[in-house]
Amino acid sequence: MTSKFKQFPGTPLSEADFQEGKILFRHDEMKGDFAWDTGIAIGSYLAALKEGFLLGGYCQTCRKTVIPPRTVCEWCFRPMDSYVRLEDTGTVNTFSLCYVTWDVKRIEEPELPAVIEIDGASPLHGIMHKLGEVDPQDIHIGMRVKAVWKPPEERDGAITDILYFKPIQEGES
Amino acid sequence: MSMRKVAVVGAGMTKFVRRAQETAKELTWHATRMALESCEMTLDDIEAVCLGTAPDSFDGVHMKAEYLSDGAGAWGKPFMRSYVGGGTGVFTPIQGWYHVASGLFDAVLVVCEEKMSSYYPHAQAAFLTIFDHTTERPLKPNLLWIFAMEMNRYMHTYGLSKEDIARVAVKNKRNAADHPCALLGDANITVEDILNSEVLAWPVNRLDVSPVTDGAVALVLAAEHVAKRITDKPVWIQGVGWNLDTAYWTNRDLAYPRYVEYAARMAYEMAGIKEPRKEIHIVEPYDPFDYKECHHLEGLLLADRGQAPQLVADGVTLRDGNMPVCPSGGLLGVGNPIAAAGLMKVAELFWQLRGEAGARQVPGQPKRGLAQAWGDLMQVGTVIILGTNP
Amino acid sequence: MSLLERHPQAPNAWLGNLPVTSRYTAGVAGEKFFRALKDEGKILGTYCEHCDITYIPGRIFCERCMAELDEWHDMGTTGEVFTFTLLFENIDGTPVEEPIVVAFIRIADGGLIHQLGEIDLDELSIGMPVEAVLKPEKEREGSILDIQYFRPIPE
Repeated sequence: MTSKFKQFPGTPLSEADFQEGKILFRHDEMKGDFAWDTGIAIGSYLAALKEGFLLGGYCQTCRKTVIPPRTVCEWCFRPMDSYVRLEDTGTVNTFSLCYVTWDVKRIEEPELPAVIEIDGASPLHGIMHKLGEVDPQDIHIGMRVKAVWKPPEERDGAITDILYFKPIQEGES
Repeated sequence: MSMRKVAVVGAGMTKFVRRAQETAKELTWHATRMALESCEMTLDDIEAVCLGTAPDSFDGVHMKAEYLSDGAGAWGKPFMRSYVGGGTGVFTPIQGWYHVASGLFDAVLVVCEEKMSSYYPHAQAAFLTIFDHTTERPLKPNLLWIFAMEMNRYMHTYGLSKEDIARVAVKNKRNAADHPCALLGDANITVEDILNSEVLAWPVNRLDVSPVTDGAVALVLAAEHVAKRITDKPVWIQGVGWNLDTAYWTNRDLAYPRYVEYAARMAYEMAGIKEPRKEIHIVEPYDPFDYKECHHLEGLLLADRGQAPQLVADGVTLRDGNMPVCPSGGLLGVGNPIAAAGLMKVAELFWQLRGEAGARQVPGQPKRGLAQAWGDLMQVGTVIILGTNP
Repeated sequence: MSLLERHPQAPNAWLGNLPVTSRYTAGVAGEKFFRALKDEGKILGTYCEHCDITYIPGRIFCERCMAELDEWHDMGTTGEVFTFTLLFENIDGTPVEEPIVVAFIRIADGGLIHQLGEIDLDELSIGMPVEAVLKPEKEREGSILDIQYFRPIPE
């Protein structure tokens, strides 16, 4: 460290300092409720989920099929040419076994998030979702999977209309 | 390019701690004042201030940079905020650089601050907003998912083991034992310690990740004619680069950060560097996770794809190796206050190139260093190259 | 389905919220300021000699010259109304029975934003001298609300 500095500022505290009231502090909470417009493309994506299929978008100039669909192609900046109905099967591109929740609580059974390349979309194009009905130790990159859907009457038009993706044998669909 | 030459002439930083008593404003002031004192300048000499700090939702403070501006000496001055996730620490000095290079200002303060401990009970929950609200948040995702999945893909693509990658955490935490501001320096840590720490989201273990941290760092930038009056060892900004990849992170190759490559190319071209592996003497890539150091070294074209872990295993990246990487101890060792972490790396290069890094000094009189930061959902790459020659 | 039209079955909006819960430390300056308010009922400020300015609430640094400030002064508990407003609605839009008076009370070079109480609206004026009314010591927590309100100083 530059020889001029001997002392560095900053007062570290421990959790105990708060519990024991050694320093003053206060709690606060923000209220932030939102109603996000689903938009044209994502709105169609959600409507398709409600009907039980995955929707992508196709750009003729770039010859790319993307998921989720967009109204404009982000590479050539032209409007996308069409929606494409995609399969609900895919290949695991990557995955994890997660033992903590989003607010850092420990859980026993791991959650199984994965990025799944969807059949029909361009290579390396996929969505994030969860895996299920599988032993965590058996999951591998390249594993073939298929969506498990909620029954039609329970679907809301949300990504959670797919409960999870489960492994399938090659040849199955 | 007819840009003026810009040098870093002073730097200061606070300790990086898990939870600081100081308010965000007070942390900012400590770093700013130290930076000014280090080059014996006063606030009257400063013409503009650039500040980087994380989004308002982290602290629940609206227009947080403006809120912190008093601690950054911005009262009555032209002021600009930037935020590009973790990339901020290298982006804010780039912003400061073009303030001076353009000819608008002769002396600029660059300040980055983060107080993550305000988010209660744990700052990780604040990252929920990084995911798309309609197509991803209903799955109740977790910041660790993205990194764990990227690490998995990287390891799988190149056939790497957790051990190969854990060596980076060991190197950095050991390096950090020599950094007076470090939170997690440990001179005796071993690969077994990393591998035995609890699994958070496989393949990420607790010691593979840098912790939530509070801290602030500040630099003083000056134009050539001013820099030469202030110090006889100015450190020149030779190249800058920044780049953004698609927001659809599931629509690209997770094993290679091409946005880092594009940013690096921009910086290399500006600095006139043709063979980075020979011409860069110290590298400070962004290492919030140990595999990220390898990932980024490859994106910076300083290692062949999939080969960075081999460099670590061979000792090439140790402080006295051929290409020292993270001699500061990096984020894994010093800490990770989101916006300030990258600036800590730039400050490290500043001290290293002047021979003032004390116990962390890289031997052999290094003349050129590169700092890189990365941000958001695998999107932003920012690169800055500093050197002893203008 | 053209890419310019909304899908008729698409949900229009996606609802969600931003969960932000914070725990703020009072800070180094805040520790002194709020403890003085809590334990001694005093309002403290800090003085910068270089700029000849007193900050209220007290801070550990001067924002104009970056000097470290360690001269803490008791600023008293009186001030004058610099500006004020009357609130006729609650934060959720429901009406209030009696208008709430919020003011910026000038104390030396700084001041505090707080409520005014025990006030006759006809007497309310800019420049009127006011004094702080504190909660009983047992009820104080080291918060700005340890001051209940400011009231006009009786003649």
